[in-house]
Amino acid sequence: MLPAILRELSQSLQGALIALGGYALFAARLFVETPRALLRFRLVIDQVHNAGTLSLVIIMLSGLFVGMVLGLQGFDLLERFGSEESLGTAVALGLLKELGPVVTALLFAGRAGTALASELGLMRATDQLAAMEMMAVDPVRRVVMPRFLGGVIAMPLLAAIFSMIGLYGAQLVGVQLMGVDSGQFWSQMRGAVETADVMEGVIKSVVFGVACSLIAVHEGYHSMPTAEGVGRATTRTVVISSVVVLLLDYILTAVMR
Amino acid sequence: MTADAIVRVRGLHYAIGGRPIFDGVNVDIARGAVTAVMGPSGTGKTTLLRLITGQLFADRGLVEVEGKDVGKQSRREIYAMRRRMGMLFQNGALLTDLSVYDNVAFPLREHTRLPERLLRHVVLTKLQAVGLRGAWQLTPAELSGGMSRRVAIARAIVMDPELLIYDEPFVGLDPISMGVVLRLIRRLNDTLGLTSIVVSHDVREVSAVADHLYLLSGGKVVASGPPAALADSEREDVRQFMHGLPDGPVPFHYPAPDYDQQLRRVR
Repeated sequence: MLPAILRELSQSLQGALIALGGYALFAARLFVETPRALLRFRLVIDQVHNAGTLSLVIIMLSGLFVGMVLGLQGFDLLERFGSEESLGTAVALGLLKELGPVVTALLFAGRAGTALASELGLMRATDQLAAMEMMAVDPVRRVVMPRFLGGVIAMPLLAAIFSMIGLYGAQLVGVQLMGVDSGQFWSQMRGAVETADVMEGVIKSVVFGVACSLIAVHEGYHSMPTAEGVGRATTRTVVISSVVVLLLDYILTAVMR
Repeated sequence: MTADAIVRVRGLHYAIGGRPIFDGVNVDIARGAVTAVMGPSGTGKTTLLRLITGQLFADRGLVEVEGKDVGKQSRREIYAMRRRMGMLFQNGALLTDLSVYDNVAFPLREHTRLPERLLRHVVLTKLQAVGLRGAWQLTPAELSGGMSRRVAIARAIVMDPELLIYDEPFVGLDPISMGVVLRLIRRLNDTLGLTSIVVSHDVREVSAVADHLYLLSGGKVVASGPPAALADSEREDVRQFMHGLPDGPVPFHYPAPDYDQQLRRVR
């Protein structure tokens, strides 16, 4: 009984290590290819547009609601200490440093990440990638790289839009609905939020962008060329991305505090 | 052995997951001819194409294209070799996010710096050759199976290859489309001075277009020669395949225990 469990455990561990090694090699390949891919910037721009517009509506809506909830909850909490004027600062720090990058990354993985993975998976299943290989065109350079870089560039832009709309949502609830002084709301925010706070969010969103895009293109590119394989790649993209984003968020927060 | 063979395969051994696919296969693809590789499903016809094009590598034996051992080529050399080849995949494998025109232009845009005017000229010429110049604006989703296959042929010949490879080009086509593709294979081969390899199990169609047939079965070449010679062959396995007989060396029944005993057995 025990040896069987140990054997299974060691097999799982071995599988995980092989998968991790695969990710590391693929990531190394993408980083090596990055300068060359940037030379064909038109392809990258198309993918920024694809990944960005795919996620824009959901990001804006979610940003608005998250900001509104933050405004409401923040007001309730701060009112107990008589410092509801600090609502702007609290919401801004929460959105810029934490919620903006994290929620955007989770939504990005669910919307653009799955689209990327399934697109690449379907290209594999319908022999489009093999056809490129046969035309002496490297699919990693022509198809994967622009999509990867498009995701990496789109992610911080989306996180910025999320935080901006979130601030507007919090202002809507805090100032317009709950009666917090508008001048206090904005001036306290401007006084307390520093460049370092904004940079923390920017760094997080760039790292999450790299992670989510890498996971999506890796899963899609290496999916089994069947309907089931494409479905599995899509699911794995969301699951792995979500866990990795939350793990990286803790590590980055601990390092940058 | 053919004196002027563009592809030479000698003593090819290849296994997938321990299951042998080829066990000492010898094949010569004569320059300028249409050669068909046939055989029952699962005999490794497509695998042979992948070995010739350097997508897979032989476990043992020699696969030579234009006198160069494919197994010893670097990735860059294999890509250079593929630029002189065109391949038609079973489903056409058109890039779904590009129009018909952009699909045919794709290899030219990737490998050359032709001015747009000249590129347009080349693309429209190739589309005219397959009879689809009028469909240049359509997307792959708007094409029928036969049209997709013809666009893929136009894309395969756009770089003026020396070797054109067709992987199951007749699968799922109606008789008219099949006739069109058949005629195209022969006409392009002769007018452009190509060498063509057709992998298929459509005996009648392939016999009508090929100069030479190879019949694969059980990991070996069981027969080769002109279509008429294979059709008249006395060998049982060749006869079964060429005439589509339901039973023979390839049995109708999957191996099973005794019928009577199995019916009586209480589970």
